[in-house]
This record gives sequence, C-alpha cells and structure tokens, in this order.
Amino acid sequence: MTAAGEAMDRHSFSLAQYLICLKGIVWREALRFIHQRERFVSALVRPLVWLFIFAAGFRQVLGVSIIPPYETYVLYEVYIAPGLIAMIQLFNGMQSSLTMVYDRETGGMRTLLVSPFPRWWLLTSKLLAGTLVSVLQAYAFLVIAWFWEIEAPPLGYLALLPALLLSGFMLGALGMLISSLIKQLENFAGVMNFVIFPMFFASSALYPLWRVKESSLFLYYVCELNPFTHATELIRFALYEQVSWVSLSVVLGCTVAFLFGAILAYDPARGFLARRNNPAG
Amino acid sequence: MKPFDLAQIPALEIDSVSHRYGVRVALNGVSLTVRQSSFTVLLGLNGAGKSTLFSLITRLYAIRSGQIRIFGHNVANEPGAALSKLGVVFQSRALDVDISVRQNLMYHAALHGIPSKRTNELIAQVLDRVAMTDRSLDRVRNLSIGQMRRIEIARALLHQPRLLLLDEPTVGLDIKARADILDHVRRLSMIEGIGVLWATHLIDEASAGDDVVVLHKGSVLAHGGLGEVVGKSGGADLRDAFNRLTGAADQDELESTG
Repeated sequence: MTAAGEAMDRHSFSLAQYLICLKGIVWREALRFIHQRERFVSALVRPLVWLFIFAAGFRQVLGVSIIPPYETYVLYEVYIAPGLIAMIQLFNGMQSSLTMVYDRETGGMRTLLVSPFPRWWLLTSKLLAGTLVSVLQAYAFLVIAWFWEIEAPPLGYLALLPALLLSGFMLGALGMLISSLIKQLENFAGVMNFVIFPMFFASSALYPLWRVKESSLFLYYVCELNPFTHATELIRFALYEQVSWVSLSVVLGCTVAFLFGAILAYDPARGFLARRNNPAG
Repeated sequence: MKPFDLAQIPALEIDSVSHRYGVRVALNGVSLTVRQSSFTVLLGLNGAGKSTLFSLITRLYAIRSGQIRIFGHNVANEPGAALSKLGVVFQSRALDVDISVRQNLMYHAALHGIPSKRTNELIAQVLDRVAMTDRSLDRVRNLSIGQMRRIEIARALLHQPRLLLLDEPTVGLDIKARADILDHVRRLSMIEGIGVLWATHLIDEASAGDDVVVLHKGSVLAHGGLGEVVGKSGGADLRDAFNRLTGAADQDELESTG
C-alpha cells in the first residue's frame, strides 16, 4: 500500500525541497550537538579512558605482531585506536536512534514523522545527521590521540572520512532497526549489555583476530561475522590509506540491509510502532 | 458545472475506523467529519481513544480497517498530499527546549520543504498571530507552559494547513491561559477558515455553535452540533448530555457482559 502511495506522492516535492528537508534535519542535529556539550564530552571521555588506562595497562601483556595494514610493530594503543573510533560511532548510533524513539516527552519523533516527505527520506536524513555528529566526535578523538603519539599518515585522516561516513551510517541504521524491533531494549543499560558490549568485545577492536582464533575457533567465526569487526577494519585500513575490500563490502551490504529493515520497521503498514505503543488516551 | 463543489469536501473524514492493541479494542467503528472552517470538539475521558485516533490520522499507526481522508486525500494512499494539509499540536511536548523559538520553527519549515526566504515570512506571520513576535529569539526552555503551547500552535500553522488537530492542548495550563488558547484557536478557525479538531476531556471547552463528537471507550456516542447533541440526549446541557450518554453506554456494557 505504502509503496504505491509514496510513488503517487513523489512528484509533489521537488529535488530542491528534498534537500531543504535534509538540510533542516542535519542543521537541527548540529544545534542539539552544540547545546548538549555533556553528551559530546562523555562520548569523548569513554574512548579516552580505554586509550589512557586500558591500553596502557595491557601494553606489556598484549604484543601485536605485524599484520596489515601495519608495516612495523605497533604499540597496543595504536592498535586499538581504530576500534575505539568505531566504538564512538556504535555508541552514537545507538544513542541517537534510541533517544529519537523513546524520548516521548519531547515528541520529537512524531514531529519528524508527520512531515509530508516520504518516510524513507526522513529516516535517511536523520541517520545522516547522526552520522555527521559521530564523524566530528571521531576526529576530536583523533586529535587528542595524536598527542598520545597515535599518528597516522596525513592523508590517512582524509581517507578516513568516507570510511567514517559509511560505518557511522551502518551503526546508526542498526540502532534504528533495533530500537524499532525490540521492546526490551528500551533503556540504555539493556542496549549496553545486549548490543554494545557483545559487538565490541567479539570483534577485532581490542585484539587481532588471529589471537582469537588461537583460543577459540567458534569465537573467531563469530567475530568474523560481526559487522562491527568490519567497521573497525574499514576504519583501520582507511587510516593507513588502504582499503579493506572485504570489510568495505560487508559494511556496504549491512548498511543497505539495516537501512532497508529500519525503513520497513517504521512503515506504519508493518505496524511495529502500533504493536508496541499503547497510549493512554 | 463542476462535478462536486470543493468547498463541500470535509476537512477531515473518518469512516468506520477500528483499531486494537492486541485484544484490547481502542477504536470501534469510529466515523466522524470535521467540516471546513468548523470548530469540532472531540470530547472523551482519558482512555476513550482520542490519542489512538490522532496517531491514525497522523499516520503514526497504519489504518487497519476503515478510511481516513484529509480534504479528500486518503491518508493511507496519498500520505504526502494528506499530511501537507494537516497541522498537529500533540499532547506530548514537541518543541526542542534547548534551541530558540525561531530555530524550532525553521526546523518545522524544513520538514515541509519550505525555502528559507518564504520561511522567514511565514515565521513572522505565525508569531504575530499568536502574539509571540518578541520572543522569537528566546530559548523555548525559558517560556511558560502557556507560551510553549502558543508556539506549538504557531508551529502547527506554519505550513498553512487547512486542518488543525489539537490533542488536549490545554493540559497543564491555568484558567487564563486556557481561555486565551481556546479563544485564539476558535478565532483562527473562523477568520482563516481552518477546520479544527479539538480533543479534550474538559466539557466546558465546547461552546454553542461548535460541532461535538462524544467518544467513549472507542465508540462515537454522539456527533453533531452542540445543541443537537444535547437535544437528542434529553439533557439540560452538554455536561448532562455527556453523563447521560456515557452512563447509558456503560450500563449497556454491564448488562451485556454481566
């Protein structure tokens, strides 16, 4: 029903109007970002704690052999930096998608969804806006990490941008999909336990996968199948001016799948929202 | 000769709409119309189904049975055309309190694809209409609840809708602010010819000349001009009529179940 409906509607807005809508959504996210400095600071402190404390402590324990994209032995801090960037994006993706839905007090989601633009466009714009915020956070982290002697080649910082956009988009779409499907994950603690921690630990963010393979073959396969691993590797390779084609394909594929799933989930005809909500009035 | 007169299309037409949450029936065959430039009061206690009805009209939930049309555009088939004619003031606060009044309105304009130059004109217009021009640069957080309501109404009117829905818009307001808002929206519907659907549980918000819809436990018990609804029920006034209608419905329900 909706597909036909939106096809009929499509010509009622010009391309310029679609861009006005996108610009407005991004602009509002930027304003929120400016006004919620605590959120920005806490998003930055989290990876820095890992970098300054965890990595320092494990530096002596975990040696990292030479694996691509690195050409020399690297310190543990250097190894985990890309994983921490992906973690920033994972948190950001989960947070922005969840607040969007569960922040009933502000009715922000309703305001967005009564817009006459097609819903897929609204959700995609919203995701892009959240991704841009996470990209800013990632670069802020890299600036601080640079003083901690985590230095990538200068062009790596540029090559990182498309990788960050893509991985941020994938993780944001995942957050949106999860928030629309699973009622039990209403609070952030649930998301931490059941999504963020498993994804983060069962990935290549903290340890190279060959090490995981040595201890558990099963876990190794789990890590290989985890999209977060590929987000991390995409970022890691990009930072060193290389492309991990496997990770790029996985991230691209997952982005399309998650986004498609989220759009379906927010389609009123599928009724996920209707099934979950139960308003008093 | 035109096949039908444009002025005769109802602003909102709800045709035998039902909705349930699991086994609980929230709306049961609801039909009602809001005429153009009419002020229609949707009267119902908490839990009557008002918010569910609003969620269906605004396309937050899919319409499973029945039809909803806004100026003849079916919400399910032509959501864009239908929603572009609709302005909504939700019960939950929908403004971003951290940013200014003006920024909130600009965001809303973008969600309707309005170019920035036109946006500026429209913002000036709606703020003037709700007498809040001097507060446009203030952060929403610093406004009183009554002022926030006025801004929410301004926001809902920004894209010049022909139908305005308000879900319990006077909740949390003092008597003076309540009267102001009510008076204001009433004038809007009269002067600008906007069809208004005003959902409330406060009976005294309806007055002579309004259309009234009594919604109780998901069913429409009465629909028509205020005088007509009161007359048919045999009550002395609307409060009496409301109590008679809902009391009789509850009695029927008791008898059929027990």
